[in-house]
Amino acid sequence: MKTMLNVALPKGRLGEKVYAMFEKAGFECPSIKENNRKLIFENPEKNVRYFWVKPSDVAIYVERGAADIGVAGKDILLEYEPDVYELMDLDIGKCRMAVAAKKDFRDNPQRTLRVATKFTNITKNYYSSLGRDIDIIHLNGSIEIAPILGLSDVIVDIVETGTTLKENNLDVVETIVPISARLIANKSAYKFKGDLVEAVVNGFNIAERE
Amino acid sequence: MNMQVLKNDEKAIFEMRTLYRKYGYSQYKMSKFEEYDLYVRNKDFLVSDNIITFTDTDGKLMALKPDVTLSIIKNTNESENTVHKVYYNENVYRVSKGTHSFKEIMQVGLECIGAIDDYCIYEVVMLAAKSLENISESFVLDISHMGIVSGVIDSLGISHAGRKQLVKCISEKNLHGISAVCDAEGVDGEALRKLVSVYGGTDAVMPVLESIGLDRSNPDVNKLMQVVAALEGCGFKNKVRIDFSVISDTKYYNGFVFKGFIEGISESILSGGQYDNLMRKVGKSCGAIGFAVYLDMLERLCENENEYDVDTVILYEEGCDLGALNNAVSMLTANGKTVMAQKAVPEKIKYKQLLKLNERGVEIIENNA
Repeated sequence: MKTMLNVALPKGRLGEKVYAMFEKAGFECPSIKENNRKLIFENPEKNVRYFWVKPSDVAIYVERGAADIGVAGKDILLEYEPDVYELMDLDIGKCRMAVAAKKDFRDNPQRTLRVATKFTNITKNYYSSLGRDIDIIHLNGSIEIAPILGLSDVIVDIVETGTTLKENNLDVVETIVPISARLIANKSAYKFKGDLVEAVVNGFNIAERE
Repeated sequence: MNMQVLKNDEKAIFEMRTLYRKYGYSQYKMSKFEEYDLYVRNKDFLVSDNIITFTDTDGKLMALKPDVTLSIIKNTNESENTVHKVYYNENVYRVSKGTHSFKEIMQVGLECIGAIDDYCIYEVVMLAAKSLENISESFVLDISHMGIVSGVIDSLGISHAGRKQLVKCISEKNLHGISAVCDAEGVDGEALRKLVSVYGGTDAVMPVLESIGLDRSNPDVNKLMQVVAALEGCGFKNKVRIDFSVISDTKYYNGFVFKGFIEGISESILSGGQYDNLMRKVGKSCGAIGFAVYLDMLERLCENENEYDVDTVILYEEGCDLGALNNAVSMLTANGKTVMAQKAVPEKIKYKQLLKLNERGVEIIENNA
């Protein structure tokens, strides 16, 4: 049986950009461009199999070995801290993890800071590095309205252009960490499919230099 | 003995115990419980902070052991010229990452405590490789030397926080991360990046080490090369590889560290190293090296799944002739068949043949195979 390289791609615009990089690196799979609802595509000639998964799940697929490699945002890697190799910064999907608050917000260090976020782990690590006592409010979406409604003092979220924040009368108070897409690999797969993984990394490197 | 009856993990335990005994290791048996105090003092050594505790009848706080190594160290007397060689096969209780609940994990491992020399190190690493080989032909044992990695990091002279970040990047083979940390600290990370990127046998690694100024005059490099070359010489070429991204907490580990992988299992299944620093922390002056194999992962390894639950189901009626039924069952088992005697066909059982015992004898009702 031929060894196939299983690649988890994040569904959406970022994933399409990432696939284009794989294509350029010599791992094309023409069937992926067909317009249908299929989630798994393979090209046995190039020993590669792609599947589309929810962006926040890519790290799980790779950590558990269902995918050998994948592309995930640094935000996901910092949040879930999966035990994987982070082989490359792809320099796409760039944004930053930031603290934002209402324009007139004034921090009172004597009070516990209430922080609304999707990224509880990143938030916890950030504020514990500052030695600040916080109350985390975990939300799954529309984080921006939390400070407006008085649910929280600040939010920790991904900021791309800042338009959403501006429209909701919020400002970035502090940047926690810059984010971009990373190529990750399962540690065990790296040992047993090393040649294929290396071929991808080299292909990306060459494409980058061009 | 028919080894087919054994499951993957049971087979592995059987074979590893045989292997360790061959090299003169004796079994270390311990109780399920240990005083909680032992773990509190060495919390960072444990994989997770969570420990199941309970109060013993005399009011002492006890714990279900999350780790075996600490107990072995505690109970081993120091000796000047000899080495205690023990192996164990114990359950430990840890929180599993996925479910956030406690799990019982079967561990097999060995510890070498005392006057550790190069041969001891070689023997333990070799036994680690053989343990993996017992489980599957397709395995890899990655070896690193903490002395070499720490040496390169120390030479950078960076802050404590930067060092912590670097260690994480090294374990992820994260070259761009190393660059970012080094740039922020204003130092050149080229040597470290080279060290982390190299992966393979002695002939692939040595030239790279030399290119960053580490040759055989460095005692750590010399030791690592010697041990790995010896393993390559005894049939483990391409199986035993040098990988400096294998890294453990320097508070406890020094010298050799290693991790083992099996094709088809997504996580490392074996982990070990030299832990002289832990020995110092518990007030002992001798050295120690050991490893553990996590057997719970073997479940995931494909084995030949039985298509049938049982070869034959034999039906009988209550009050039938016991002698006749016994004869029929014995005859089938004597022919190497597995037999299940039942009064009615159980639900969800897959069998090859269904028989029925009546006054006339044994009758075939159904044949599936």
